[in-house]
Amino acid sequence: MNFHLKVWRQKDANSPGRLEDYEARNIPPDASFLEMLDIVNEDLISKGIEPIVFDHDCREGICGMCSLTINGIPHGPSTGTTCQLYMRKFEDGSTIYIEPFRAGPFPVIRDLSVNRSALDRIIQAGGFISERTGSAPDANSIPIPKTIADEAMDAAACIGCGACAAACPNSSAMLFVAAKVSHLNLLPQGKPEKDRRVLSMVEQMDKEGFGGCSNFYQCEAVCPAHIPASFIAKMNRDYLVASIKRTVGVMP
Amino acid sequence: MTLDSKIPAGPLEKKWTTFKNNAKIISPANKRKFEIIVVGSGLAGASAAATLSELGFRVKCFCYQDSPRRAHSIAAQGGINAAKNYQNDGDSVYRLFYDTIKGGDFRAREANVYRLAEVSASIIDQCVAQGVPFAREYGGLLANRSFGGAQVSRTFYARGQTGQQLLLGAYQALCKQISTGGVQMFPRTEMLDLVVVDGHAKGIVVRDLVSGKISAHAADAVLLCTGGYGNVFYLSTNAKGCNVTATYRAYKRGAFFANPCFTQIHPTCIPVSGDYQSKLTLMSESLRNDGRVWVPKRKEDCSKHPSQIPEEDRDYYLERKYPSYGNLAPRDISSRAAKEVCDEGRGVGPGGLGVYLDFSDAIKRLGRKVIEERYGNLFEMYENITGENAYEVPMRIYPAVHYTMGGLWVDYCLMSNLPGLHVLGEANFSDHGANRLGASALMQGLADGYFIIPYTIGEYLTTQFGKKVDPNHPAFQEAVQSIEKFTNRLLSVNGSRSVDSFHRELGLLMWNNCGMARNRKGLEEAIEKIQKLRDEFWKNVRVLGQGDCMNQSLEKAGRVADFLEFAELMCRDALMREESCGGHFRTEYQTPDGEALRNDEEFSFVACWKFEGVNKDPTLIKEPLNYEFIKPTTRSYK
Repeated sequence: MNFHLKVWRQKDANSPGRLEDYEARNIPPDASFLEMLDIVNEDLISKGIEPIVFDHDCREGICGMCSLTINGIPHGPSTGTTCQLYMRKFEDGSTIYIEPFRAGPFPVIRDLSVNRSALDRIIQAGGFISERTGSAPDANSIPIPKTIADEAMDAAACIGCGACAAACPNSSAMLFVAAKVSHLNLLPQGKPEKDRRVLSMVEQMDKEGFGGCSNFYQCEAVCPAHIPASFIAKMNRDYLVASIKRTVGVMP
Repeated sequence: MTLDSKIPAGPLEKKWTTFKNNAKIISPANKRKFEIIVVGSGLAGASAAATLSELGFRVKCFCYQDSPRRAHSIAAQGGINAAKNYQNDGDSVYRLFYDTIKGGDFRAREANVYRLAEVSASIIDQCVAQGVPFAREYGGLLANRSFGGAQVSRTFYARGQTGQQLLLGAYQALCKQISTGGVQMFPRTEMLDLVVVDGHAKGIVVRDLVSGKISAHAADAVLLCTGGYGNVFYLSTNAKGCNVTATYRAYKRGAFFANPCFTQIHPTCIPVSGDYQSKLTLMSESLRNDGRVWVPKRKEDCSKHPSQIPEEDRDYYLERKYPSYGNLAPRDISSRAAKEVCDEGRGVGPGGLGVYLDFSDAIKRLGRKVIEERYGNLFEMYENITGENAYEVPMRIYPAVHYTMGGLWVDYCLMSNLPGLHVLGEANFSDHGANRLGASALMQGLADGYFIIPYTIGEYLTTQFGKKVDPNHPAFQEAVQSIEKFTNRLLSVNGSRSVDSFHRELGLLMWNNCGMARNRKGLEEAIEKIQKLRDEFWKNVRVLGQGDCMNQSLEKAGRVADFLEFAELMCRDALMREESCGGHFRTEYQTPDGEALRNDEEFSFVACWKFEGVNKDPTLIKEPLNYEFIKPTTRSYK
């Protein structure tokens, strides 16, 4: 297969970027999108052009490192991550636009690579259970209904790629934040810090410059881990309860 | 020279308790005076960094990924073993210990493996308390599944994403410590050298992968938690960035590399489909619980559609050869059996390099819904990659490089022969012998980080009061300068071949000559070819761009340069070990029916290699393996 590529090239965060034209030739339909870029990069190197920088690591859809906007859609026309997108999904001879994840809080580092440390800082604000190693009770001492454990797992499946924020017209990371808040708040082990957690994580999210949710549901559509947007509603409820508790002074 | 493994005296089941009762403890006021460097943020690194910080040590943690949450532990699918005996099916610490040491073909240390089995139960408690959403029964208690090499059900799991959930647990614990200021995190930072001052590991040299800046960090102790070296084969189930650089450069600074030839080939991966391929995808071993492995009995049937091959013309070779373990035979044995049938010309799919993993019986027995619930995400992944629906046609699988049992040598305290340098998780050699059982890697990573290093690091640190090194010591400048020189050298070759082309060539050579089956001739030939390839690399590699910015070719080039040296060490180790054991199969040493022929008389030792120079032969130092409590037997899964 052959493709015309329009690839975002940008030297660093302070330089302006632009779309460059490249040709991808003789691409096997079973090649993944990133393998197609590998082939293009080999060609660029042979011509003495610096290869395209893009983030990737596990190439099996779980690490969350790959982060390309393909034809305007984060992770492109796949139901999973960029690395799990195969070239047979594209029409032979078509033009493909490849850009980095676009969101204010994700500054470009170089070409297609962006800085997503804002997501780490949100987790650092409260996305954990304060449990000291060694002080845990026996694992079976607190039974957790299967339905609750399953729902928590649905939320915990988030891979932290940031496609939600990149897809949202408001650059809202609420699906990401809601996934972690819901995962932990649903479990009995996470209940003691439930209110604190949601308040400080949302506060950090705002501080990082992510917008609020206005129900576009683009996030849900592009999420490679299929996190349902209903978790955002759940987080809003938790947030409301915690805010009221804080206002009336009964927050633990 | 002899190596002291520092195993505590006394009965096997008392060793760890005895050690803990007598361990040297540092007071809270003194803990904060010690600084510890942790390299890597996978299960071992994140759990160690979080726990040491909770204890009060000052921790600096480094990872090459953009976030500690992306370390490759995240990709482990199947589960984590623990001797909880929640199933009441006869499990115990002893049984987990025995299964693990037998699974490793009696090439691991008894005391280390016993300790691993002993702390396994605490890991599950710890993870549940952190909010890891393990699978549960309707009654609300934890569920288990069975795994290769065991006859009990002791594997805890979170769908097919156990590694992800365990890593996120450790990552969240790490985040908690970052937020308190106890851990300083350095993402997108790669360790490129170890700094040794007066024989002690006292710091590291790193390159900031965004700015390209090369700098040194000093500390009282260094922990390498940098994973395995499976990417020496180019194609493996490892993440693209996984590399040997941290451990190899520590080796070049004097740390001993142990058993480098012990690599694990995982039996259930999606077969290679073309030479553009950049990595291989694993299908969790848990699939073998319900899937049956087969190939056609006759070569002529191989090109037929599987549904056209009647039951009596199928060879369920694992069930035939290993009736008591059947499809759950350990990884090394299952992989070799797959290679054997494909070598006989009975493989299926493109190139004849594949065998069927068939779920039709399980779907008939349990219904599609149950199979979907157990393995849904794996079937989806398979369909996405191959375009085939495994509910309707059997999966095609083939072995692929997955894990490396070898690593830097460590004693019972997880400290290498270089004082101050500690090595955790896959990066060390200690617990899996010549073959690792499924669901044991996660167990070891977390055991080392949460429950072992916090107790053992005091042994070293208590000898270091008042011995803080000055970061202006010449050793730091020397190390920084040598890395700057190395980087400039890579950038200035300006040849005509890309880094990847060298890596692919090396990988194929290693797969053919140092892969699932090895022999003297092939290994000698490989050593010669590796040396030539290495020479060519330094004359003809093309690394474009500059060193003072993000430059992924430069990152890769440094890693491949190390693989090109390390591959030779692997071959030398495989050549020296004239026996077959676990993942190391020398075709010259096999039983008449093709099973591994171990030689305990001559090879019951850990092979530790000391670096003597790039083009010089390394020195072999042997740590004898003394089996005091169990008797190594011929490993049989028949």
